[in-house]
Amino acid sequence: MAHLHAPLLKTAGLIAHYGDFQALFGVDIELNAAETVAIIGANGAGKTTLMRSIAGILRNQSAAVSFDGQHIGAQPADEIMAQGVAMVPEGRKLFPSLSVEENLLIGTYGRKSGGHWTLDTVYDLFPILRERRNNPGTALSGGQQQMVAIGRALMSNPRVLLCDEISLGLAPVIIKDIYKAVPAIKAAGASLIVVEQDISQAMAVADRVYCMMEGRVTLSGAPDTLSREDIHDAYFGASH
Amino acid sequence: MIWVDTIIQGILLGGLYALFASGLSLVFGIMRLVNLAHGDLIVMGAYLILLLVTILGVSPFLAALIAMPVMFCLGWALQKFLLNLTLGDDILPPLLVTFGLSIALQNALLETFSADSQRLPTNALTTASVQVGPISLGVMPLLTFGSAVLVIVALNQLFYRTELGRAFRATSDDPTTASLMGIKPANIFATATGIAFVIVTIAALYLGLRANFDPSIGPARLVYAFQAVIIGGLGSLWGTLLGGIIIGVAQTLGAAINPEWQILAGHVAFLLVLLVRPRGLFPRAND
Amino acid sequence: MAYSVTTQTPASRIAAIAGVVLIGVLIMLPFFAGRGTIQDMFFILTMLVLAQFWNLLAGYGGLVSIGQQAFVGMGAYALFGVVILWGMDPVPAILCAGVAALVIAVPTAFFAFRLNGAYFAIGTWVIAEVVRLLVAQWKALGGGTGTSLPRDATRDMWFVSTIEDALGLRSAAARDVLAYWLALVLALATIGGIYWLLRTRRGLALAAVRDNTEAAKSVGVDADRMKWIVFLTSAFGTGLAGGLIYMQKARISPDAAFSVTDWTAYVIFIVVIGGIGTIEGPIVGVLVFFALQTLLADFGSWYLMTLGVLAIVVMLVAPRGLWGLLSERTGLHLFPIRRRLTGGKLTSSKE
Repeated sequence: MAHLHAPLLKTAGLIAHYGDFQALFGVDIELNAAETVAIIGANGAGKTTLMRSIAGILRNQSAAVSFDGQHIGAQPADEIMAQGVAMVPEGRKLFPSLSVEENLLIGTYGRKSGGHWTLDTVYDLFPILRERRNNPGTALSGGQQQMVAIGRALMSNPRVLLCDEISLGLAPVIIKDIYKAVPAIKAAGASLIVVEQDISQAMAVADRVYCMMEGRVTLSGAPDTLSREDIHDAYFGASH
Repeated sequence: MIWVDTIIQGILLGGLYALFASGLSLVFGIMRLVNLAHGDLIVMGAYLILLLVTILGVSPFLAALIAMPVMFCLGWALQKFLLNLTLGDDILPPLLVTFGLSIALQNALLETFSADSQRLPTNALTTASVQVGPISLGVMPLLTFGSAVLVIVALNQLFYRTELGRAFRATSDDPTTASLMGIKPANIFATATGIAFVIVTIAALYLGLRANFDPSIGPARLVYAFQAVIIGGLGSLWGTLLGGIIIGVAQTLGAAINPEWQILAGHVAFLLVLLVRPRGLFPRAND
Repeated sequence: MAYSVTTQTPASRIAAIAGVVLIGVLIMLPFFAGRGTIQDMFFILTMLVLAQFWNLLAGYGGLVSIGQQAFVGMGAYALFGVVILWGMDPVPAILCAGVAALVIAVPTAFFAFRLNGAYFAIGTWVIAEVVRLLVAQWKALGGGTGTSLPRDATRDMWFVSTIEDALGLRSAAARDVLAYWLALVLALATIGGIYWLLRTRRGLALAAVRDNTEAAKSVGVDADRMKWIVFLTSAFGTGLAGGLIYMQKARISPDAAFSVTDWTAYVIFIVVIGGIGTIEGPIVGVLVFFALQTLLADFGSWYLMTLGVLAIVVMLVAPRGLWGLLSERTGLHLFPIRRRLTGGKLTSSKE
């Protein structure tokens, strides 16, 4: 798909290690403005490592990650967040010592740009949270915690939202509910990278899909151009 | 009536110990760091106030006010450039580095100020007392206790009503996710220690007004502070006040029976609480 | 095709031989060295014993104590007690010192183990203070000002007259030689004992508990029992050393016997600067410490300040100490503990 502008976010030859173990072997992905990109792959494929590298939790060569034309690969997470790349981390990672409302508010600590998302509009998106605003962040059901985690990331009015396995551990009904929020998030101006174990959900929400296996991108393209067999091979590795 | 008086003196003494302990409690709550040099830092604060009193000729209270921002910067720098380097999974580095700091600081103070006992100058106000019914209460101890309460109220307000306080709590829970919120844990830790140093300055003021001090008394202050924190329960500031009161009352009761037993009585009270409630009286749920 | 587990390395074999020669020299030392040297060696050996036991506790057991002075003091006072009050000879009284330290180690551990990390450390110190304050009430042994060993007890100690004759020395010098030999025995027994412990399965369990308590428990290691064993062993050894040290000094006071600086600060510096968590580390550390003390002792507080700063720098820059630096560069292990699987298909692979 041709775009007139340079990608909003891209990685170039991204490498990552955990000690002696190499998790990423030169990953190239792109996200264009107003796009939703999905990353699929088995456990251990490196999807979360990729997210953490983009978000700045894992540091890299400066040119390995670019956002809006700037090299951000070597910056720490707090600086990257301030520029408008927010993450909904794997496992929710709400703060137990903060209430639901405080968890949402802390999302604005590093970036207070004006924008659509405020406490009120986040509560409009996830009404159940308004009732639970003073509960401790972790005293909620899994699905509600996921909503808080997403809301927390939205509060900084990010330009790029990284969603790492937001369906993890949730019942299908709840997952559908949460994904209903995606159009509103896109409408407010964020571009999304969504890491998903649930392939059909990923294909349904994404403009383009990357498949990863063992630290490499094995397949990419628009959902309707990829066959089941292509995906199967890219996901598990071709063995015929 | 003597016993009531003794107990009240003990409660007020507890205020001083709570001041010693609050800084320790704050830093431990946020970054699980115990600074073994804490007591020596209080002594250093007393010397700083003394220096300002001598050079500027102001009252100790004003000197303390001037000392506070200086101490804040010292604490911020100490944490940012030294103690942050020791944080991690291994418990040894922070313990051994702060132990080395304690020894180095005691001896630096010894070299600079000599081993002579010093005291901050007192005036009529500070030695006065108030009559409350049949009991005579010293103004100094009342001020000390009142300051301790104010400090704890202020800290609670900071923690639960401000954005910085939210950042403190979030960083204490999960520094990595906190950085995703735009928080720089290294700076948060530095700010926390800076605030702890300000509290240390207040404690130093009352320490110096109340009694003589010299470079070697730091470790004993650390012990009282630590006992108050443990009795109160890690993470509870009001608990720390209660812990200080228990130690203070135990000490004054012990002293009333036999002056040689004052400190021992405090230790015994501490061990008793440790026996019955190892996690303290108001322990934090998630520790 | 049999697999076997071995710990020896070529370097360790050479070191073992060199060690035997060194021990021979040390045994013969009083025959050709002056009294000053003997006293210095006594100091080095006894500090080494204290350092090895603190290292066992902290470096291998993961228990950082700043209250070991309780056991030095208790051991020393127990020795003085049985000598002065029961007329026992000072030499066997050293054993009583160890036992006394062991006895108070039980309630100490009982209270201190209720705390963790830095709070455990301060807790051990509080308990040491309690012991000091209580002992200072013991009027029969001089209360707060202390006391000395009676002359007839020190003059007629076991072996002293034999040494006087054999080496042609006066009573006081002979006592120093006796103390030195006892210290040598204690140091060798300590190093040998700790090395042996670490090579047994207990030692392996200890390392496991230190590295990852939960994982160790999950394979059946009784972590609490390990902590008790290590703590009691260290207390016993520290008590023996305390008794010996004060037998040589022949004069005691609560502030000296329970001194945090002498029996904890110096010991910690020795272990940290030499290298925590290895047997070689404290040996290197005590030699460095002795050299520093000889050079700087006249400078009082500057000396302590230097030690403090040095400890900070070493901990940040070289957390494994001087020996750790050497060991990492050269792969040298004089007291090898790491187990290697050899034999079978692995014979051709390197360590």
